[in-house]
Amino acid sequence: MSALEPTKLDRPRASRDWSAADSGTAKSVAAALRRADLGDRLRSLALAAPLLVLLALSFGIPIVLLLSRAVYDPTIADALPQTSQALRGWNGTGLPDDAAFLALAADLRSNQAKGTAYELAKSLNARLPGARSQVLKTVRQLEAADRPPLEVMKAVPFWSAPGTWPVIESGTHSVTSFYLLSALDLRWNGDGGIERVSPEQAIFVQVFMRTFFVAAAVTLATLILGFPLAYLIASVPKGLAAILIVAVLLPFWTSILVRTAAWTVLLQKFGLVNDLLLWLGVADDRLDLMYSRIGLIIAMTHIQLPFTLLPIYSVMRTIQPSQMKAAYSLGAKPYTAFRRVYLPQVFPGVMAGCLLTFILCLGYYITPALIGGASDQLISNFIASYVNVELNWEMAAALSFILLVFTLALFGIFARILGLDRLKLV
Amino acid sequence: MIAEATVLPADSAAAAPDAGRQGFVEFVDVEKSYDGRTFAVTLLNLSVARGEFLTLLGPSGSGKTTTLNMLAGFERPTGGVITLEGRSVDRLPPYERNIGMVFQNYALFPHMSVEENVAFPLSVRKITKADVASRVGRALDMVRLRQFGDRRPAQLSGGQQQRVALARALVFEPSLVLMDEPLGALDKKLREHMQLEIKQLHTMLGVTIVYVTHDQSEALTMSDRVAVFNNGGIAQLGSPDDLYNTPQSSFVASFIGENNTLEGKVERTSGKECRVALDGGGSVAALAIGVTEGAPCHVAIRPERLKLAPASNGANALAATVDGRIYLGDHQRLLARLENGQVLTVKVGPEATMGNGEPVTVSCAPNDCRAFPADAGTGGSISKTGE
Repeated sequence: MSALEPTKLDRPRASRDWSAADSGTAKSVAAALRRADLGDRLRSLALAAPLLVLLALSFGIPIVLLLSRAVYDPTIADALPQTSQALRGWNGTGLPDDAAFLALAADLRSNQAKGTAYELAKSLNARLPGARSQVLKTVRQLEAADRPPLEVMKAVPFWSAPGTWPVIESGTHSVTSFYLLSALDLRWNGDGGIERVSPEQAIFVQVFMRTFFVAAAVTLATLILGFPLAYLIASVPKGLAAILIVAVLLPFWTSILVRTAAWTVLLQKFGLVNDLLLWLGVADDRLDLMYSRIGLIIAMTHIQLPFTLLPIYSVMRTIQPSQMKAAYSLGAKPYTAFRRVYLPQVFPGVMAGCLLTFILCLGYYITPALIGGASDQLISNFIASYVNVELNWEMAAALSFILLVFTLALFGIFARILGLDRLKLV
Repeated sequence: MIAEATVLPADSAAAAPDAGRQGFVEFVDVEKSYDGRTFAVTLLNLSVARGEFLTLLGPSGSGKTTTLNMLAGFERPTGGVITLEGRSVDRLPPYERNIGMVFQNYALFPHMSVEENVAFPLSVRKITKADVASRVGRALDMVRLRQFGDRRPAQLSGGQQQRVALARALVFEPSLVLMDEPLGALDKKLREHMQLEIKQLHTMLGVTIVYVTHDQSEALTMSDRVAVFNNGGIAQLGSPDDLYNTPQSSFVASFIGENNTLEGKVERTSGKECRVALDGGGSVAALAIGVTEGAPCHVAIRPERLKLAPASNGANALAATVDGRIYLGDHQRLLARLENGQVLTVKVGPEATMGNGEPVTVSCAPNDCRAFPADAGTGGSISKTGE
């Protein structure tokens, strides 16, 4: 903003500044204007401060804390101080020397003494499936104290298995890439490289793909259903448009849980949809709509429709009828006029609606949990299960982080294609 | 103002001005109803000659825009026939009519540059790229906007946007161009400038223009003929001076230009003239336009036809007192209150100095007074839609 363009907000100050300009000190006018602007900005910031504080406390900080757990996990390092020390000189290949075995035995015993052995067993198990029982068994044998610790350690094959020590070693570092790699079905191999986990252990890549596929299918379905409806609402008289908007929003005002439950009633094997399909003769037999991918997509499409429709509608409403009239009068056939005049103008709304629905679909949890089958669970269901059932917050954080990165990348691509300022979300 | 070299070759310009002097566009008994009960346009008969500048003038809801939309193909008549160059356009969609149209809000495509806007009608006609470029260039030269070719419409002023809209409506060389209040959104000065420019384009290109406006001075300035619309029909069709000097109804007299209206009753008619007894006392001689003896009537007199002078050789003379004086620079308007209480506006010179309450005598020739029936309408039902 130039010094000679007073904003609306600081008109009184600006008028004072003009006298300064008259006296030939244009620079001080600019400075005074900046000061005035700053005051206004600070005042408006002060008004927004409660919200900013609330957001920071309830949203920003928890997210950062949770996500940090994806890469920061000190439980093993804290529980195994001597082992950490002993492994410092280990080159990471083969087995470490006996000192490391002794150190681990000592650490296990001290954990048992402190009553934290079970915690340790669980943490190790999260990284090394099957470690829990081995740790607890070894602890019991060390307790018995009928053999020297080294002998006890060597007698348990688990501690001499090739994959065990690299995992313990990585656990002794508080900062770890283990969970992030696991979230992408990857792991460190024994030689310091990254490799895919075995096919029977790999799940997350498939779940991410499934999540993106379902989100894309739902987005497409809402677009196909929503675009003509938005056009209809934008072109009918105002009174009718208001009624139609309410009809679109009505389900929006019902809890998502209720709507999902309603779909379970409709979609079940002896539900209304199957009754109707049979009666119409569309289907020969009752379809498995419940606990299936198609049922999930139907229910999510219903819930997401307003999110796709409203941004499209709000853009369509701003397009004057004379635009299409002009295109026709200039010789464009309806399809050409639609493609070259109408569509480019509603495109930002279409993009905004699709982006909104796509991103919201990536986080769906209740609907897949209630309507989807075992093979229709999306990434959020896995995150929830890690938080609520497995109590493995590190894994939940890692999956969340990967999801967040994908989502932001997608948003970045959209914004890049379209320009963020043209993205008409409201 | 516009260089010879930049003239668009318009096919219609070649036609001799008089050769197509009839029925380039014909409306025959055209009707339009939106709700099935009332008519926005009733029994419209109108003929537009090739190369003519015809204005449809009327207040909001008088049916002029509906008429234009039917000609453009955006509305279908509920009755009657519209022909374009002798062919009925009843089944012709707007995109096959080859009619250029300029809208009140310009309707430029905001996502296209000025050049792309002007190229649009050419590109949908499958014209080669090189040809498109040269014709767009010439059209932009014509409206003096070549240097703005790659700007977006939003970066232009209102007047510039309207010139782009003109270039876009003319670039594909339509023989008929419709304009729907194209200058309505511009300020007065720019509007007057654009009136001149449109008029020049019309003369230069020889296109037929049907122009819709509710601004009577715009209609008088630009048109070859003006159709005054009222209540869904044409109240009067004629050249600007016909309409101004010989209005055929009270509505036209008061809609076109400034006008005084005196109310009274027809005392007697004799040939073309009649004597009107004014309500509240006094009487005037006036031209009888469809009045009957004993019926209430309106007498219309232009302010510039009234004189502040004693009556001479048979002129009407009315005693009045000055009720106010409005200074307008080149002239003044004097409000003269008659003894019967009715007030006349008199156009006087800038040097007049009479004060309020001063007695004056207002006079005018009977030929300048026109008596219309008081319930003068145009026939046809009232419509609420149409604009």
